[in-house]
Amino acid sequence: MPKAARAARANGAPGETVETVETEERAFSGWGRTSPSRAAVIAPDEEADVFGTVLRAAEVRNGAQRRGVIARGLGRSYGDAAQCAGGVVVDTKNLSRIGPIDPDTGVVEVGAGVSLDALLRVGLQSGWFIPVSPGTRQVTIGGAIAADIHGKNHHTEGSFCRHVSSVTLATPVGIHEVGPDNDPELFWATAGGMGLTGIVMRAVVSMRKVETSWMRVDTERHDDLDSLMTGLERVDRLNRYSVAWVDCGAVGSRLGRGVLDAGNHASGSELPAKHKDDPLAPPRRRGLKIPSLVPPGVVNPLTVAAFNEAWFHKSSSRTGQLRHLGGFFHPLDAVSNWNLVFGRRGFVQYQFVVGDAHRDVIPQAIEILQKAGAPCTLAVLKRFGPGDPGPLSFPIPGWTLALDLPVGPPGLRSALLRLDGIVAGAGGRVYLAKDARLEPSTFAAMYPRLDEFNLVRQRVDPEGMLQSDLARRLGICEDSRP
Amino acid sequence: MNDAFGHPNSVLVLGGTSDIARALVRALIAEGSKKVVLAGRDPSGLADAAAEAKEAGAEFVATVAFDAKDVDQAPAVVDSGFSAIGRVDLVVIAVGLLCDGEADERDPARVARCVTVNFTWPAAALTRVAHHLREQGSGHAVVLSSVAGVRVRRSNYVYGSAKAGLDAYARTLNQTLAGSGATVVVVRPGFVRSKMTAGRPVPPLATTPEAVARDIVKGLEDGTEVVWSPRKLRGVFFLLGLLPERVWRRLPM
Repeated sequence: MPKAARAARANGAPGETVETVETEERAFSGWGRTSPSRAAVIAPDEEADVFGTVLRAAEVRNGAQRRGVIARGLGRSYGDAAQCAGGVVVDTKNLSRIGPIDPDTGVVEVGAGVSLDALLRVGLQSGWFIPVSPGTRQVTIGGAIAADIHGKNHHTEGSFCRHVSSVTLATPVGIHEVGPDNDPELFWATAGGMGLTGIVMRAVVSMRKVETSWMRVDTERHDDLDSLMTGLERVDRLNRYSVAWVDCGAVGSRLGRGVLDAGNHASGSELPAKHKDDPLAPPRRRGLKIPSLVPPGVVNPLTVAAFNEAWFHKSSSRTGQLRHLGGFFHPLDAVSNWNLVFGRRGFVQYQFVVGDAHRDVIPQAIEILQKAGAPCTLAVLKRFGPGDPGPLSFPIPGWTLALDLPVGPPGLRSALLRLDGIVAGAGGRVYLAKDARLEPSTFAAMYPRLDEFNLVRQRVDPEGMLQSDLARRLGICEDSRP
Repeated sequence: MNDAFGHPNSVLVLGGTSDIARALVRALIAEGSKKVVLAGRDPSGLADAAAEAKEAGAEFVATVAFDAKDVDQAPAVVDSGFSAIGRVDLVVIAVGLLCDGEADERDPARVARCVTVNFTWPAAALTRVAHHLREQGSGHAVVLSSVAGVRVRRSNYVYGSAKAGLDAYARTLNQTLAGSGATVVVVRPGFVRSKMTAGRPVPPLATTPEAVARDIVKGLEDGTEVVWSPRKLRGVFFLLGLLPERVWRRLPM
């Protein structure tokens, strides 16, 4: 593709130096590689007037207004949250400063474009770990706030924004410094607000003190879903971290069989001699990559079933195993571009949460997808504790199931639509950071505080500049640019 | 926006009164499309199609009248379709008319008119559609071609030649759109039992507007560049394409 570099000119009086904003255009898609769209991209640095630059880039494009602005980090949202067709994508990669970590409290100011990987490596040098860790370290601070991400410790410590005390937010009406005690409405609207309240420039995050970069892990293999879920409830009371992997291919009495991991940070005294001289060793850098030309059809019902069968049987129940936190928290980082394995059509991840009273939705979901002939390559089950106050923040107390589903089976789309109805009917919701296919009406039913969110948003974005493909598809901000 | 399955929220149909277009609109609405703009020539046909779309569950339906013989107006028709809904996720170009007959082949004016309706107008409209999709940074265009244009045969060669031109134009335009977020899908139906073909002898592998609509929806989900309907025709026309001209011309078709 030829690089379409364009200069957007700000209106200057004659004789003044005309300021220009160079913008390149690119097609963007989410991690699932569905629905790509094209936008101009700019990467402002920390010193620049972020939104001023954005506004100038957004206003002019061959004489026409561009269609909205959204921030983008490492593109790990599975769907269309970090793309804005015909608009401007603000790449946060230059907002990359990591401040000093307070040696007493672990509080640190970090740029929005800093990845959890980078923060964790810096932190481990002095014994600080990130407060919430999703399945990959390749997520930025800005993205972690915009999606209010969760990890294996949600049942004990909540989602990411609970550990954030301040956010510097560039909005169309100026820069706002917000926190739980400082304009809490805007802070919590930003927590899980999918970037639609502004561009996070930096945030103050509280890190967790650790003695080692190792985890003490108990693993249990369960032959059916009921036993697995009961197991999760039990280990949640005793462990800071827990998660279960589910074999979605198993049927009948083995439906929902799986492997449960529960873990805690290992103390220095628990380490064997060979790790004692470097107790805070960082995770290994990823070496594995999938070749860019994957033959089509690698992921099919047979390979998926074989993979799940092998995974289930390779795991065995054991207690107190020592595992590095990289392998425990970030299994997805073992192969850096694993999303390519799904081929041209890509894949969707369906993650939902339902309250404890509706735990039967979990087996129902697995069965609906089985009946639709849709293989599920990865299924992760977890219990959530209390949610954050954010009106669009995903977690609510109960059960969450995340399913990776290759696009292709003819019945998949309608099966997921049916599942949406069941989840919404149970008072549950779908995670927007994963979504690429929800419908506006079901979204509105799942997030009943949408109006509250929009009231705050309109205060900082009265002209509807902030927009994304996700927001357009779901009608999140109806007054914004089409 | 289109969802992960290539499913549009908003649809603009040029040639919205054709049976295939109506079947496609019904199928799309049934799968969740909400906004529809129908453009066509016949006002009562348009009103019918609009009522049908409303009844099927569309939240917003608008109509635009145009005549495919008036090529100069093509961009304006497209513009008004886009401005009616702000952002169009899927444009369907289903403009066309069977126009062969004894008289046509000897009447330059009729041949010109047939080519205008089946090639010139749709190509002009598609050009404008591509402009809008580029500006939007996303969206699909579905162009109704025909197997008649794949290997043109004597019995309808004026129509077939025009469709061959449109087919080639649309596929090549799609190449120029790589990386733009927009794509053009070419649909090659075989013989479709519809009001356009009423009264004609029905050949083997004949299909229905509803089946063509289903194939288009599946093609959008799979990201297929050329949709054959039914799919078997792809193989059939591959074989027919291998026939030497002297054999081809003796076939009674």
